[in-house]
Amino acid sequence: MTSADLSPPAPPVGGWGEWRIPYALITLVVFVVAWETIARIINLPMYLLPKPTDIVASLYENWALLVVNGGVTLTEIIFGFVIAVLLGVPLATMIAHSPVVDRAIYPLIVGSQTIPKAAIAPLLLAAFGYGLTPKVTIVAMMSFFPIVINSVVGFKSASPEMLHLAYCTGATQMQIFWLFRLPQAFPSIFAGMKLAAVLSVIGAVVAEFVGSQAGLGYVILVAGSNFRMDQQFAAIIFLSAMGMILFWAIGLAEKKVLPWHVSMRSQADG
Amino acid sequence: MLDVPSHSHFLSIKRVSKNFTSRSDTVRALSDIDLDIRAGEFVSIVGPSGCGKSTLMMLVAGLTKASGGEILVDGRRIEKPNSDIGIVFQRDVLLDWRTAIQNVLLQAEIRKLDVTAATERARHLLKMVGLDGFEKSYPHELSGGMRQRVSICRALLHKPPLLVMDEPFGALDALTRDQLQLDLLRIWSETRMTVVFITHSITEAVFLSDRIVVMSPRPGRIERLIDIDMPRPRRLAMRETKQFAAYTQEITEIFMKLGVLREEGDA
Repeated sequence: MTSADLSPPAPPVGGWGEWRIPYALITLVVFVVAWETIARIINLPMYLLPKPTDIVASLYENWALLVVNGGVTLTEIIFGFVIAVLLGVPLATMIAHSPVVDRAIYPLIVGSQTIPKAAIAPLLLAAFGYGLTPKVTIVAMMSFFPIVINSVVGFKSASPEMLHLAYCTGATQMQIFWLFRLPQAFPSIFAGMKLAAVLSVIGAVVAEFVGSQAGLGYVILVAGSNFRMDQQFAAIIFLSAMGMILFWAIGLAEKKVLPWHVSMRSQADG
Repeated sequence: MLDVPSHSHFLSIKRVSKNFTSRSDTVRALSDIDLDIRAGEFVSIVGPSGCGKSTLMMLVAGLTKASGGEILVDGRRIEKPNSDIGIVFQRDVLLDWRTAIQNVLLQAEIRKLDVTAATERARHLLKMVGLDGFEKSYPHELSGGMRQRVSICRALLHKPPLLVMDEPFGALDALTRDQLQLDLLRIWSETRMTVVFITHSITEAVFLSDRIVVMSPRPGRIERLIDIDMPRPRRLAMRETKQFAAYTQEITEIFMKLGVLREEGDA
C-alpha cells in the first residue's frame, strides 16, 4: 500500500518472461556424464548398474512395450485420480459446511492415513482379483487424502467478512457456494490435486508390484527377475516422465481455470 | 436518483444491548444504545477499540442479533441480514478471481439486476472514484487504496439508501485516506444516502460527519452526541480551522476523561 495510490503496481512478470540459467539441468547433465564415464572406466556389469547410454538404448528398443504398459498404468492412475476427485471434493464441502460431518468423519480420514496402502494392496487383490479394480482402488485411496484435506482447507478459507458481505447482498446458500466458497477453494483444491497426482503414480506401481500382468510396475518386476536393469531403468524413467506430465497438465489446467491465482503467485515469488 | 424516505428517523436504534457469552462468562459489549439517524445524515461512530462499534454495525446490518432492544431501518425491524444496505469493511474483501468491474457487478449477479444497466452503473461508479481504465484489472494488480475504492463501488451498485462502513480507511496511508474521504463525501452529496461510518480517528469523524456518536469502552455506551456544524462541501483546509480544532478537542477531552487517552502527569 504505497502512497502513490493511482499508479498501478508493476504488471506481473510471467514465468517465462526472463531467461533463467537452468542450473538443475546442468547438475543433471554433469551427473549423467560422470555416471557414464565412471561406469565405462571400471567396466561396471549391466546387472549391477547400467550405463546411461544402455538405458537410452533400452528405452528406444522397448518403446512399444513401454507405451503399451504405460497406457495400462496411466489408465489406472486416471480412473483412480478422477474417482478421488469426484468423491473427495464433495466430501470436503460437507466437512467444511457441517460441524457434525466434520467431527464424525474428518478424524477418521486423518487417522486412516496411518494405514500403509501397500499393506492393503494384497487384501484388495484377494477381493477384486488381478484386474484394473484393485489398482484403481489403491490409486484412489492414495489420492483421496491430499484432495480432501486441501479442499477442506480451501472451503474453510472464506473469511468472516466475505460471508458477511454475501449475507448483506442477500445471497442464497447456493449463491454463497458457487460465487464465494468454491472459487475461494479452487487454489487449495488444485494444490491437493497436484500432490495427489504424484501419489497416484506411486499407488499404481505399488498395486502392480503386488499382482498384475501388465503395467509399468509389472515391466519393472519382470525386468528385475531377468537381471535386465537397463529395462528397469527405462521403465522407471518412462514412469517418472508420465508423473511429470500429469503434474504439468494439472498446472496447465490451473492456469486456465485460475489465471488470477497463478499470476498472483508468480508476483509473490518475484 | 434515490427515494429519500419521508421518515424523520431513517435508522432507529432503541435500547439495544449486546452480550457475548463465552464458556466462562458473559461480556456486555453494548449497553442501552439509543440512537436515531435521519435520512441522508452522515453519522460517524467514534470510540476506542473494544467499545463495540463494530458490533453496532453488525447489528445494523442484521449480521448478529441484539440481546435486547430493537433496530428499525426505514420503519422495518432488522431481524435477518439486511440486504438493503451497502456495506464496506476495513479489509476490502474483493474476490481475487474477479476483475474490478466483476467485483462491483457481484451485487447485480446475486440480486439478478438488469445486466446492461448494472454494467453501465458499475462503469459510472468506477469512473466516479477515478478508476476508469482499471475495470479489467484483478485485485492483486491494484493498490490498497484502489481496492478499497472498488469495494465502495460494489457497496453502492444497487443504490442502497443506507451505507455502513466499518473503519474503511483504517488500513490506508494518510494521503490515500484523505483522497478517499473526499471521494466518499462527493459520492454522498450526489446520492444523499444515509451513512453510518465507524472509525477510531477523531479527525476523520469530524471531517466527514454531520453528527458524531462518541462511545465509551466496555461496555460500549453512547457517551455523547456531537453535531458538527461546518459548511459543506468540506475542504481539506477546514481541518486547520479553529472550529475544527474545537471539535476534535472536545472529543479528545471526553476520551481523556474516560481514561481512554492518558497523558504524562495524570493521576
